[in-house]
Amino acid sequence: MALSNVLEPAGSGFNFENSTRNIVLENGSEEGKIKAPKPMKTGTTIAGVVYKDGVVLGADTRATSEEVVADKMCAKIHYIAPNIYCCGAGTAADTEKTTDMLSSNLTIFSMNSGRNPRVVMAVNILQDMLFRYRGMIGAHLILGGVDCTGSHLYTVGPYGSMDKVPYLAMGSGKLPAMGILEDRFKGNMDLEEAKALVSDAIHAGIMSDLGSGNNIDLCVITKEGVDYIRPHRESIYNYKRQAKYKYKPGTTPVLNKTVNQLELVHETVQMMETAGSS
Amino acid sequence: MDSHHSYSQVKGVSTGTTILAVKFNGGVIIGSDSRASMGESYVSSKTINKLIQVHDRIFCCIAGSLADAQAVTKMAKFQLSFHSIQMESPPLVKAAASIMRELCYNNKEELQAGFITAGWDRKKGPQIYVVSLGGMLLSQPYTIGGSGSTYIYGYVDAKFKPDMSLEEATQFSTNALALAMGRDNVSGGVVHLVVITEAEVKHVVVPGNKLPKFHDE
Repeated sequence: MALSNVLEPAGSGFNFENSTRNIVLENGSEEGKIKAPKPMKTGTTIAGVVYKDGVVLGADTRATSEEVVADKMCAKIHYIAPNIYCCGAGTAADTEKTTDMLSSNLTIFSMNSGRNPRVVMAVNILQDMLFRYRGMIGAHLILGGVDCTGSHLYTVGPYGSMDKVPYLAMGSGKLPAMGILEDRFKGNMDLEEAKALVSDAIHAGIMSDLGSGNNIDLCVITKEGVDYIRPHRESIYNYKRQAKYKYKPGTTPVLNKTVNQLELVHETVQMMETAGSS
Repeated sequence: MDSHHSYSQVKGVSTGTTILAVKFNGGVIIGSDSRASMGESYVSSKTINKLIQVHDRIFCCIAGSLADAQAVTKMAKFQLSFHSIQMESPPLVKAAASIMRELCYNNKEELQAGFITAGWDRKKGPQIYVVSLGGMLLSQPYTIGGSGSTYIYGYVDAKFKPDMSLEEATQFSTNALALAMGRDNVSGGVVHLVVITEAEVKHVVVPGNKLPKFHDE
């Protein structure tokens, strides 16, 4: 079964085209070396739990660039398909792009086959891609979704390993979050219990890990649909700005105003031959 | 599969593990623990599946880097099913082991995974093949592998008898895995056993609290 690919078909081996360019940039110019920017990592807590009717995914919303918080309201739960969402930990760009590509591939598949994609498909595509790049793509992902075969939660590591699990936490805050999950997880929970469990697990990660913080996002996926709750719980440390930094209209004095009316001279309509027309 | 130093160099999730396979009268038992570790001290999964079915009567158990092992067995499963369709008959266990060996040998620089392939076929009955890290292929009546295997070489060498019954072989495998899991920190969880005979494939799980206990426990 051929799977249409959004980009060019994957060649064998690794694609390190940009590394030569990076070396030239870093060692190049006479004025001084250009320093490569440090990649933004989402020091993160993400978690997922399978409950009676589906899957609950949760994530914090802090993205850090070394010791500075680069984004206080970062979205770490990415859309893959109408019935599949993915939480990403690791390098922010890698998780974004990987999940974007996965989503595009699955959309093409849906259009070709007329079916909603299954969670195993997403896992297989991710595994193939991440294994091919031998861990260079720093994406630690939790995939959750509901398809015709049931509710599933998978983890895919940056080297291409995968595991199917009923509950999981990943990211720099995974140890405290796993503690909460190990203690309170039961099979077949109902929705409120599951949401409280995931929310508390992320909260534990936020409290105990410097790289996680700010708000908690939740995503509930069931057969009926998806409930993306952003934010589910807001940080009590949200700082309200003391003054407005926007300039009022009229701050800059208007000296002169000219209006040039453009006249419609000629209009042409050209019909395009599309593939579907006979 | 027995170089102790390689497991600390495995990047990502590793199945520092204990795996074994033993031939008995009429079939073969293949078994493993269920722990996956990351680094020296984090158990990333207590219930990982290391017994991968590559065909109806052929299983592979994996040791080493989880990512590499999963990728190799996926590729082998695909090639084996294609081969089986072309030959219009169930594949030989040796064919499965050869496919794994080709993949391991040709990519030996990049891969860090070892396998035990075991199963039943019409030509030679129950068989066990070891495909080690560098791509060596060896046929044996019983074999152990993974980091935990070093603690049970004496036990299996002393206790193995050819042509055991199913019950004796099950007890032998469970004891061996329990002893290894008791001494090796990166092996643990539950014991997974798969019994492969001409008639069927049966999966047996022995949870931690039902494992045989020995003198010091």
